[in-house]
Amino acid sequence: MQLDLSMLEPVTRNAKQTQEACLTGISGEGIDAFPLPAVADLDSFEKEVVEYVKPSHGTTTLGFIFQGGVIVAVDSRASQGSYISSQTVKKVIEINPFLLGTMAGGAADCQFWERNLGRQVVWCRLYELNNGKRITVRGASKLLANTMFSYRGMGLSMGTMVAGWDVAGPGLYYVDSDGQRTKGQRFSVGSGSLYAYGVLDAGYSWDMSVEDAVELGQRAIYHATARDAASGGTASVYHVTEAGWTKVRGESVGELHYKYYPDPLVRSSIAVDPLAT
Amino acid sequence: MDFLAGLRGKDFVMVCSDTNAAQSIVTMKSDEDKLVPIDSHKLFAISGEAGDRVNFSEFVIANVRLYALRNGIPLSTKAVANFTRGELATALRKSPYQTNLLLAGFDASTGPALYWLDYLATLHQTNVCGSGYGSYFVLSLFDRLWRPDLTQEEAFELMRKGVDEVKARLVVSPSAFIVKVIDKDGTRVLGTL
Repeated sequence: MQLDLSMLEPVTRNAKQTQEACLTGISGEGIDAFPLPAVADLDSFEKEVVEYVKPSHGTTTLGFIFQGGVIVAVDSRASQGSYISSQTVKKVIEINPFLLGTMAGGAADCQFWERNLGRQVVWCRLYELNNGKRITVRGASKLLANTMFSYRGMGLSMGTMVAGWDVAGPGLYYVDSDGQRTKGQRFSVGSGSLYAYGVLDAGYSWDMSVEDAVELGQRAIYHATARDAASGGTASVYHVTEAGWTKVRGESVGELHYKYYPDPLVRSSIAVDPLAT
Repeated sequence: MDFLAGLRGKDFVMVCSDTNAAQSIVTMKSDEDKLVPIDSHKLFAISGEAGDRVNFSEFVIANVRLYALRNGIPLSTKAVANFTRGELATALRKSPYQTNLLLAGFDASTGPALYWLDYLATLHQTNVCGSGYGSYFVLSLFDRLWRPDLTQEEAFELMRKGVDEVKARLVVSPSAFIVKVIDKDGTRVLGTL
């Protein structure tokens, strides 16, 4: 018979034992190190997990300038890997009554930094109230781009459009976490952006009416959500004019589908008659 | 894919750049001017990562202008080239800028000058140069057809030949290009290709 004398051993293990325990995934009392995941390559495992936990990687957002102002349209789905974590995310961030920011990439990064931009804009606004002028879209987007550039390579993930109205008229800028900032007439950002571009480019014209423009924004988001698994929920549309922004649409894409294609066999390119040969 | 090319003539320097701004596989716009003026007789042709190239060139340009204001005399093209190289080299071991650039300038005393600078802070003064995948096609063409007494018209024609080659041979060729020239009268846009 053999007695178990392990209780006589000192509680603290030596470094080698601790390391062995960690590597084999054994945990228990007396291990004075944080247990590590039982994987062969910890670095790549960690990277993979961090990517998985980052929410809102799939998104469709778009913005365009036309005769009647600026249209901003977004979906509302947040996903974590293959899991849809929310269908009711607010992807348009209302920076102030004349400025909107859209959200694609890491939700936390977008929310935090655009809120931060809101604060910076307020600081500028204090100065600008003295001068009787609001901050320009150009100025606000540059503030955000500078912030992004100063954190470049540190893992931020953000693709945003800053849209609004200022003394120069309507403004639209694309800003991302690489520090890229470009002015434009028509942008789409996110995993569904390629689909949205297809509809947007085909339907866009400068002279279109406000009603048509709002419809185009909604339609582009709807078609993107139909093809992109990571986009969905509701299609929200904002309209920016000289008087500031207003939210004009916010419809579930499921409802929209039945509105656009009441009879699934008529015109819906996805539908196929199951009885056809 | 970014494309830059430059040619130096006897009394002018000509540069060409694509005008596409891309994000992953999407062209976000096709009228972005990557030939940014430093002063009336100098310009940077910038390529590389979008954030880096804009931030870096804006920083250098601001400093060059500040120098001119403080001292009442502008930096020569050579001085700007070496200053830019210095900044890129200092940044290289800290937080490197992923940006390749060409510097074109015309000085009253020394005439036209063309510099090639890569993100590792290698500086070359050249007669012909290029950057990006497209440059592999045009460099040989420029080497073959360049002469020291090239006229502006001939240089523009050479630029057109180069761009045509890029459009014909490069899989990921940009769709639009802009050409600018600098001579004793300053900077002019020659046209788009």
